[in-house]
Amino acid sequence: MSEHRQQVLYLWLGTSALDGTVHGWAFHDGTQGAGPGLPATEPPYANGVAALHDGWRLLQSSQLIPPYPGMEHTTSFLQHEFVFERLVEIDTAR
Amino acid sequence: MTHASPDRANLLSTEEMARFVARGFLRFDNLIPQELNEGVLEELDSLTRDRWNPIGTFKPPPSGTPLDECYPAPSVLGEVLRHPRVRGIVHSLVGPRAIFDHDFVHLREPNDPWEQHLHADAIIDPTELAFDVQLFYFPHAVGPNEGGTRFVPGTHFRRVNELEVGRYQHLLGEQHVTCPAGTLIVFHQGLWHAGQPNPSDKQRWMYKIRLNATEKQLRLWNTDDLAEMQNGPEDHIFATFAQRSVAQIFRQTEKWCDNADYRLEQVQRARLWRYLTGDEAFDVDYYLTRVQHHRDIERSE
Repeated sequence: MSEHRQQVLYLWLGTSALDGTVHGWAFHDGTQGAGPGLPATEPPYANGVAALHDGWRLLQSSQLIPPYPGMEHTTSFLQHEFVFERLVEIDTAR
Repeated sequence: MTHASPDRANLLSTEEMARFVARGFLRFDNLIPQELNEGVLEELDSLTRDRWNPIGTFKPPPSGTPLDECYPAPSVLGEVLRHPRVRGIVHSLVGPRAIFDHDFVHLREPNDPWEQHLHADAIIDPTELAFDVQLFYFPHAVGPNEGGTRFVPGTHFRRVNELEVGRYQHLLGEQHVTCPAGTLIVFHQGLWHAGQPNPSDKQRWMYKIRLNATEKQLRLWNTDDLAEMQNGPEDHIFATFAQRSVAQIFRQTEKWCDNADYRLEQVQRARLWRYLTGDEAFDVDYYLTRVQHHRDIERSE
């Protein structure tokens, strides 16, 4: 018997373009290790498009929101966040 | 209590101050002598046990206590805090009358798997320029696989509230502390950091103390090299620029920082440097100067 579990990948890119280079990442594994993993010590992909090539589906990209007046020079969270998923079939009969 | 002025040789240099402004931390390996490193562990153990124990006897001072009055003699921890170079560093950053905010002993037992999420301490700070420092003191060596503190250089200007940045599992350029015994790392209060698992078979100790500035942080360091390092507003990477200057230090980028925000980070650094030096014309790559020109035009008749 098999079921699907979700894996989620966050990529923070250097620009708002999906082919911008990866500056940060996070991985959450709904398969609890039964599915394919990702390296933890180096970026899993060079850019967002490379993740698509590897089977990830883009769920969301961050909106481009103009700064509030007076806050034009203020920095806060990483701006270019892209969220991906892939569904992994795992054997649940074990 | 009087405050003895530290020897100028123990103060930070302009170059060190500029690196602190740019990256939000300074690191001093092997700073604390080994006899203090060995002696302090017993006191850190007492502080851990007694802090919240109603009948405990070794407790931290009240918040607001002058640093000079924290952990009075005989106390090894007090000796560490009054080490001449430590006092010089503190003096340079938050002044001669720094006060105790709080401290904490970070003890991680062997094989402790818990990993803290990335965070900035306390709460989001609505002020823009004045800052506190946090001293991270590592009394024993931390090896490459012993889970030393994770931190992200250059994040100190980011307006975030505590654990809101917890989703950033991996950022390019982040560091995991490995260090010899007696290492001190001084953080700007806003720097993102997180405690790490301790996969080793040894206890891991780290002592952290936050110190508040109580006065304007104006040229508190050894400014003998300031005139040599200080660049004018015309110093511009796309025009002419000096090879050795504060601006050149401020041009350092962090690998996690996105391409456009890098320039905004330079603006944050320039604004803090204006506050620290009193030089309201200081700039890096003309960003603030250009805006001021536009404001002057708009306000002109």
